[in-house]
Amino acid sequence: MNQSATMFNPRLSRRRLVAGLFASAFLAITLAGVAVLGVLIVSVAGEGWSSLSWKFLTNPPSRLWPENAGLESALFGTVWLVGITIVVTIPIGVSAAIYLEEFARDNRVTRLIRLNIANLAGVPSVVYGILGLAVFVRWLRFDRSVLSGGLTLSLLVLPVVIIASREALAAVPSSIRHAAYALGATKWQTVRAHVLPAALPGIITGVILSLSRAVGETAPLIMLGGLTFCTAVPDGLRSDFTAMPIQVYNWLDEPQPEFHHLAAAGIIVMLAVLLSMNALAIGIRAWKQRKRLW
Amino acid sequence: MIQSRGVSPRTGSARAGSDAHCCRPDRCGGESMVTRLSQAKERLIHGGLFLCAVISVFTTAGIIWILATESLDFFAEVSPLNFLFGTRWAPLLEPRSYGILPLVCGTFLVAGGALLLAVPVGVGSALFLSEYAPPWFRTAVKPVLEILAGIPTIVYGFFALMFITPVVIKPLFPDANTFNAASAAVVVGVMIIPTIASLCDDAFQAVPRTLREAAYALSATRLEVSLRVVLPAGLSGVTAAVLLAFARAIGETMAVTLAAGLTPKLTINPLESIQTMTAYIVQVSLGDTPAGTIEYQTIFAVGLVLFLITLTINLVAQRVLARFRSAYE
Repeated sequence: MNQSATMFNPRLSRRRLVAGLFASAFLAITLAGVAVLGVLIVSVAGEGWSSLSWKFLTNPPSRLWPENAGLESALFGTVWLVGITIVVTIPIGVSAAIYLEEFARDNRVTRLIRLNIANLAGVPSVVYGILGLAVFVRWLRFDRSVLSGGLTLSLLVLPVVIIASREALAAVPSSIRHAAYALGATKWQTVRAHVLPAALPGIITGVILSLSRAVGETAPLIMLGGLTFCTAVPDGLRSDFTAMPIQVYNWLDEPQPEFHHLAAAGIIVMLAVLLSMNALAIGIRAWKQRKRLW
Repeated sequence: MIQSRGVSPRTGSARAGSDAHCCRPDRCGGESMVTRLSQAKERLIHGGLFLCAVISVFTTAGIIWILATESLDFFAEVSPLNFLFGTRWAPLLEPRSYGILPLVCGTFLVAGGALLLAVPVGVGSALFLSEYAPPWFRTAVKPVLEILAGIPTIVYGFFALMFITPVVIKPLFPDANTFNAASAAVVVGVMIIPTIASLCDDAFQAVPRTLREAAYALSATRLEVSLRVVLPAGLSGVTAAVLLAFARAIGETMAVTLAAGLTPKLTINPLESIQTMTAYIVQVSLGDTPAGTIEYQTIFAVGLVLFLITLTINLVAQRVLARFRSAYE
């Protein structure tokens, strides 16, 4: 009895010291992640700032004259790809999310679809490239067109859009649904007139973030037909294309350092596009939180 | 989360109710017709939405079908045993050899190295965000993590090639190759930190407050609460996060293609140039390999192995995550 009383020693001061040390270690680790982002941006900016100019945005790429090379065709190629991805994924993705979240019964088929979507989100992007190569380029004979690229990216982004939209729909409180049902609305009327509008800011945020993935994807596009060197802006769904990440890879592949500066400048433009998409998404989220729809 | 499914009335009865108390006299005239029409419309919409959801299943089926059929052609020429256990991968050079082990080894070398960096950093910052940080700090750091997660992998490849290798690796290890597994592992690690941090943060947030308060009531310090209560309680969530990040690291393509090199090698030395499965697939598609040749079919065989590895890891992660959710939600 007496012995156990002497054995109890809370050692509080030592424990608090260790706790304090770990707290600062955790803080340092967290800030390190933020610092890496800073180092990355500084190193890219230092490499590419000199090549960045208005001319860089409006000139086509060139293999011979790095001082005249630009990003025009790549920029427009990316716009086309994202456009196709928007047209394909938003209706399909949001509809699938509505089905899974609002309509589906909890049965085996539904569980299979859910598991399947979660797994698709984890499939490596090169595998989507292989799928696009076999289905769109060879089987459907779209060749290496901006259509094949856009459809491949759509398949890649679709699970992410579905998951984000489902989360937004799930965040709508069920009291809103019950109120609509109580007034005699059908399921679809409830979803269309009440649940969907309430979930819209969340869906838009999720869609923008998943589209930013389509902007930066390189591997699946390269899979579709190698690193073609394309200087023309796409003029239709079947025309050849290049995209910002492909052009960056192209320039990184050249041995001369002038082209590496161009690659860095291309990365700056790409990051600027992505950061503004992120800012838009974060802004919509903040606006929604301030507005407090429910 | 949503219990409405159980409560919501079936479409038919909902209509019947609204017809009985119809407040729009102008609509009450043809009510049976309207009811039947809207029921048909409702069913049509239901079917349409279901089709959209099923497209994802078709995608998976398409991936499996394509990888399997093209790989079958490949395995007609190369025995699966030689493929899986061969130690030399040289499909583009004579004498040809199709042993995938060097590619698998390179992939796991990079992904394992990435985890070595990302797990302590990711879990540590998640603990900090969840247990220590004031709310303003959370709201400031979370978007930064989101941005880190959204940076294209080609940018990380550039970062490895232009910064990590010349500025970090070379000064420390002068005999490192220009293309080396270590720089790829570092950038892939940085790339998956946000995944681990935000999934672990979610897991820690889901740990009930009562557990923490019980420990604090016994005069535990914040560190003891974090490490001995929150971390063990959220462990299956952490496991799922690490597994998902591991699958992402294995499937990572552009950064490892640029940074780790294109020389398949059965080595565990991270300073050497190696090749991952994904980098090999990209390398073949960069060249002009005609369809139908065995070189072309190799990308499907390698893709199949890559797909099966990531699928297995993802399925296990989903399983673990489901168990975690059922424990606390």
